[in-house]
Amino acid sequence: MPKCTMVEALNLALDEALGNDQQVCLMGQDIGVNGGVFRVTKDLQTKYGADRVMDTPLAECGIIGTAVGMAIYGMKPIAEIQFSGFTMQAFDQIEQNMARYRNRTQGRFNIDMVMRAPYGGGIRAVEHHSESREAYWVHTPGLKVVIPSGPRNARALLAASIADPGPVIFYEPKAIYRAFREDVPDSPETMELGKANIAQSGDDITIISYGAMMRPAREAVEDLTELHSINAELIDLLTISPIDTETLLQSVTKTGRCIIVHEGHQTCGVGAEIAARLAEGGAFEYLVAPLKRLTAPDIPHPYFQVEQHFLPDPDDIIGAARELMEWT
Amino acid sequence: MSGLEPDKPIEASCDPMQASPPLPASGFNTRAIDLGRIECLQILDEHGDIEEGLQPDIEDNELLRVHRAMLLSRAFDSRMLAMQRQGQMGTFAPNLGQEACMIGQVWPLGDEDWFSPSYRAFGAQIWRGWSMERLMTLWAGYHDGFPPPDDVKDLPFSIVIGSHVLPATGIAMAMRRAKDPHCMVVNFGDGAFSQGAITEAMNFAAVDQAPIVFVCENNGWAISTPLDKQAGNEVLAARGAGYGVHSIRVDGNDILAMMTAMKEACDRARRGEGPTLIEAITFRMSLHTTADDPTVYRDESLVEPWHNRCPIRRFELWLTRTNRLTTQDCDRIREECEQEVLDARAYFRKNATAKPREIFDHIYDTITPELESQRMDYLRRLDRKGVE
Ligand SMILES: Cc1ncc(C[n+]2csc(CCOP(=O)(O)OP(=O)(O)O)c2C)c(N)n1
Ligand SMILES: [Mg+2]
Repeated sequence: MPKCTMVEALNLALDEALGNDQQVCLMGQDIGVNGGVFRVTKDLQTKYGADRVMDTPLAECGIIGTAVGMAIYGMKPIAEIQFSGFTMQAFDQIEQNMARYRNRTQGRFNIDMVMRAPYGGGIRAVEHHSESREAYWVHTPGLKVVIPSGPRNARALLAASIADPGPVIFYEPKAIYRAFREDVPDSPETMELGKANIAQSGDDITIISYGAMMRPAREAVEDLTELHSINAELIDLLTISPIDTETLLQSVTKTGRCIIVHEGHQTCGVGAEIAARLAEGGAFEYLVAPLKRLTAPDIPHPYFQVEQHFLPDPDDIIGAARELMEWT
Repeated sequence: MSGLEPDKPIEASCDPMQASPPLPASGFNTRAIDLGRIECLQILDEHGDIEEGLQPDIEDNELLRVHRAMLLSRAFDSRMLAMQRQGQMGTFAPNLGQEACMIGQVWPLGDEDWFSPSYRAFGAQIWRGWSMERLMTLWAGYHDGFPPPDDVKDLPFSIVIGSHVLPATGIAMAMRRAKDPHCMVVNFGDGAFSQGAITEAMNFAAVDQAPIVFVCENNGWAISTPLDKQAGNEVLAARGAGYGVHSIRVDGNDILAMMTAMKEACDRARRGEGPTLIEAITFRMSLHTTADDPTVYRDESLVEPWHNRCPIRRFELWLTRTNRLTTQDCDRIREECEQEVLDARAYFRKNATAKPREIFDHIYDTITPELESQRMDYLRRLDRKGVE
């Protein structure tokens, strides 16, 4: 397989799922003839027909609500919400039904579906097209939340999310949809959900991130080694719910220092949960410096003329790492 | 198939609102119910001819103001597209061919009436008093472009499709309670109409008899989704009838029909006689936005017939035939509009400023201590990065 962008890798995973399982279907706005506004579903309607790759009316609540019903009947819908900002219109169905039918029916109805949506900033978009509100879904009992960071793990994680029997929220970092290419193996590939990946090992400080923020994090980790002789361990969460607490604890008990980097807001964000787990879970006594969060502040994502300095960048990560290294 | 041929023949009626459906009788009624006929109003046909006896009683200077506003909207449209292509603008949603809908729906509004636009309604916003440089600032991604000018009773345009219609309805409900003798006009697309929130809004407005006019600008497309995939019943006005909202279809490319129907609907709202739904049938001739490529999903031949239905062409045929304007006048006004847009661009280029230090300033009335500390962190970061 030639090198793929994330968009192409996701398209491949969807194609494989549709090809392997008659119950899998795609639904969403403009996903058919148009192939989705980001082209993730390109050509799939031609290949699998309009009953399996459905253009829906413009109603997110309708998309998720009907997908839940289809899942109850035994189908495996993969619903696309055009931008994660518009999952808010579907909050009702996600929270009340998608996340709960299983428990409500004591396991009789599994909601075997995936909600995909592009999330995150940095694409010079208008309001509501740049948010990172994954924490809402992490906070919602009954859901799993998955966020890839590159083409190869995007394909494998989407396959795993589709294979998972329960409802999965799959957020796609659109800032890196086409930012770089990676080799993707010819044969189908999957990954275990709930497992973080140690993207680089190191002994001095742990940097935890996910999604599009893995890019600045990687850059920072390289510079820290080369310019500052700081060997950071970089952890890519991949699954945001459930969080792989074990891997995080192991790393932080080793390094004693930790920075958490994400695009979502700070208060009650994913970083807050991680910090709490580290503090509660036994890393506390190993810490030689305070835990540090680098996140978006608690204000709406600003319009694109002023968004350049809104999200954490490599300099922020490097600065924070050096500060923590010097902590006494 | 776009599903957008206005139903032929278009039934013309001088008094379309007569045909509003009867409200369902209270109590249980075992008889079949007739929701009534939904008229479709056209006054000026594609050839610029007016059907006998239908000419509305509108003063010439009003007609000329409206004509100019349509040309200005079009000049703004093509300049913005060009600026976007030159990298001077963010994603932009053009409005080519929808000028009659746009201007017709705000023409009856006075300064004390309210307007809540969708995101494609810049022509109407300009009419309402938004300067073109403000709109350029907005589309170019500056925060300063979004707030309505102080003396304009408009909501900012809605980016989340359909989400503005309930707040607009709430404003109308408050107006009725305040005995405010004015009205609200809210505008949304055929795609937006699939959002549950809009049917909720119509129901609230009908129950409340709120002074609001719902304008569904049915341009046949929601990005790549044609009307026949959007709606099981392509007569969108039928939905209003179902909720007990006076409902009518209008040829949205006929400015005289739009003005007539809107005037009646606004007057009805102001008289306290409740909401109206106007389904304005038009066509999205251009791109969905500059991020869109319609050649992927629609055949150019579907657009072709709409060139002849162009609202400006049609209006000018009539204006010139009836000696209200000469073709030279039309050319001159076009040039003047083009110049106005260029002046606005010059102003925009000179004055638009990014203000990264202000992005915390409007979250709360008084910033909370916690947010203030985040703001200070952020400002120190900007200092470190050397950002003004
Ligand atoms: C809630 C929501 N869902 C999806 C979108 C993405 N989107 C922007 S415009 C649009 C189509 C709107 O169609 P319509 O209401 O017919 O208005 P038109 O574009 O034709 O003016 C879509 C799906 C959005 N902005 N908001
Ligand atoms: Mg439309």
